[in-house]
Amino acid sequence: MIQVRLASHGVDVEFQAGPGITALFGAAGAGKTFTLDAIAGFVTPVGGRIILDDEILFDGAAHVNLPPRRRHCGYVARHWALFPHMSVHDNLLFPLAAVPRRERHRQVKEMLDRFALQDAAPRRPRDISPAERLRATVARALIGDPKLLLVDEPAAGLDIALRAEWLRVLRLVRDETSLPILLAARDVETCFELAGHMLLLDAGRILQSGPPRKVLDQPVGVEAARLLGIRNLFPAEIVALDPGRNTSRLRLENFELNGPYLPGRLRGDRVWLCVEPGQLHAVPHDGSKPPPNHIPALLERASEMPRAVRLEFAGGIVAEIARRDFEPNRDNPNRDNKEWLVEFPPHALRVLGCP
Amino acid sequence: MPLDWSLLWLSLRYAGLATLFSMLAALPLARLLAHRRFPGYELLDAAATLPAVLPPAVLIYYLLAALGSWPLQFSWHAAVAVSAIYTLPLLLRSVRASLEAVDTSFENAARGLGAGEWRTFRLVTLPLAWRALLAGVLTAFVRAFADFGTTAMLAGDVGGNVNVWLFLPIAAVALGALYLRNRLRHARVPA
Repeated sequence: MIQVRLASHGVDVEFQAGPGITALFGAAGAGKTFTLDAIAGFVTPVGGRIILDDEILFDGAAHVNLPPRRRHCGYVARHWALFPHMSVHDNLLFPLAAVPRRERHRQVKEMLDRFALQDAAPRRPRDISPAERLRATVARALIGDPKLLLVDEPAAGLDIALRAEWLRVLRLVRDETSLPILLAARDVETCFELAGHMLLLDAGRILQSGPPRKVLDQPVGVEAARLLGIRNLFPAEIVALDPGRNTSRLRLENFELNGPYLPGRLRGDRVWLCVEPGQLHAVPHDGSKPPPNHIPALLERASEMPRAVRLEFAGGIVAEIARRDFEPNRDNPNRDNKEWLVEFPPHALRVLGCP
Repeated sequence: MPLDWSLLWLSLRYAGLATLFSMLAALPLARLLAHRRFPGYELLDAAATLPAVLPPAVLIYYLLAALGSWPLQFSWHAAVAVSAIYTLPLLLRSVRASLEAVDTSFENAARGLGAGEWRTFRLVTLPLAWRALLAGVLTAFVRAFADFGTTAMLAGDVGGNVNVWLFLPIAAVALGALYLRNRLRHARVPA
C-alpha cells in the first residue's frame, strides 16, 4: 500500500494505491511522470508525504527524504533505460550487488526464464528485439524484490505488436504478484484494459478517481470528459422534465432535443450534454420536415477510419457511421457542404455537471 | 645536425603529467558541478574557470611565487604545475559536458536499483561517458604539449639545442592525438 501526498510547483495530488494497477492518466505535462519520479526519489517535491508499507519515504515537514536506493521501488522508465554497455544478464545482475553470489545467479536465471530472455541474456540491449528489451526492463525492475512498481508508459515507439506485448507483460506482472503498480498511462485504452483504479490528472491536480469504467461513463465535468477524449460536448439547458413519461427536453444553442428523464436535475439547470459519436445516425437531408431529435447540419468533412466513417458537421457535431451506411454517398461530389440530418437517439444522451 | 629526441620525450612526459594532474582535479570537480546544485555552486564554477581568463604572466608569477621558485628559474616541477592549472578550465569544461551528456535516466535507473552515488558513477556514468572524456583529455594533452615548447624556449633550457626539424615529429604527435580525439567524438554513441 502506498500513500502519497505531494505538493510542488504546479503539482498538488493526494491518493492511495493498493495491490493491482492504478493508472495515472492525463495530458502531457499533467504531472504523471513527476509523481512517479517523486515517489522513486529522483525529484524532491516542496512538501507532502510519501508512505510505502508503513515506511516514510518522504516527509517535507519532518525533513525525511530517503535516497532512491533505499526506497525499494522498481521503476520502468519511459525509454527503458537498460544500461547500453552491459549485457541483459549483467543488467539483471546490477540490482543484486548485496546478494550472495550463488543466490544472485539463481535469481537472474529464474527471471530470465520467467520473461523468456534466455537467448537475449548474453547480448547488449541494442542487439536484441524491441519486445525483448521491453521484457528485460520489466524483469530488471522486478528482480530487486521491490515493494512497489512504477511504470512510465512510453508515449511513442510502440507499434501494434509491441503494444500487445506491453499489455501482456503488464497483465502478467499484475496477475502474478501482489505488488501495487502505479502506471503513468498515455491512453485511455491501457487504463481500461489493465487498471483496477484510475486517477484523472489535469494540470497537476486529480480531477476524478475511480474504476476506469465508471470514470469513462460518468466524467465529473466537461474538463474530465475532454481529457478522456469524449466528443460531442454541448452546453444545454433543461427546459422540461417529466418523471411520469421518463422524458426530458433540452435546449441547445439552435435546437431542442428529447432526452431521458434526468434524476436529480431541475428545470432551468444548465448542463453539458454529451453523445458518443458512434451512437449518432446521419443521412443526407432530402428537404422534408425533420422528425423529432433530427437536427439538420452541414457536413464539413468525411474521413474514413479502419472500421467506420467519421463525419464532422458544422457546430462541432461528430458522428461515426458504419462504412456500409456511408457507401451510397461515397462518390457523391456534392456530399460535403450539404445539409445532412443527424439523429440524436434519446437513450444516447448523457448529461454532465454544470458548464 | 642530428635531432635531439630528448626534447620530444621531455614534452611528452611533461604534457602527460600535466594532463594527468589536471584530470585528477577536473574529474571530481566536474562531478560536483554537473549534478549538485549546492549553495556556492556558481562561485566554485567561477573559481575553476579563473585560470583561463587571467593573463598567463600573472598566473605564472603567483604560482612560481607560491612554489618558492622565485626568482624565475626553470624548474621542471613548476612547469608541470603551471601547465596543469592552466589546462584545468579547458579540461573541466569538456569533462563536465561529457558527464552531463549521459542521459540521467540511466543514472536514475541505477539509483533506483539500489546503487549509491559512487557505484552509479563508476559503473554507469563513467562507462557511458568514456569516449567523450578521452576526447577531452586528448584536447587538453595537445594543448599542454604545444605550450611546452614555448615555455622551454623562454626558460632558456633548450636554447642552442633546437633543431627546426624537430617540429615535424612534434606536429605528428599532435596531429595523431587530434585525429584520435575526432574519431572518439564522432563515434556512434550506443543507444
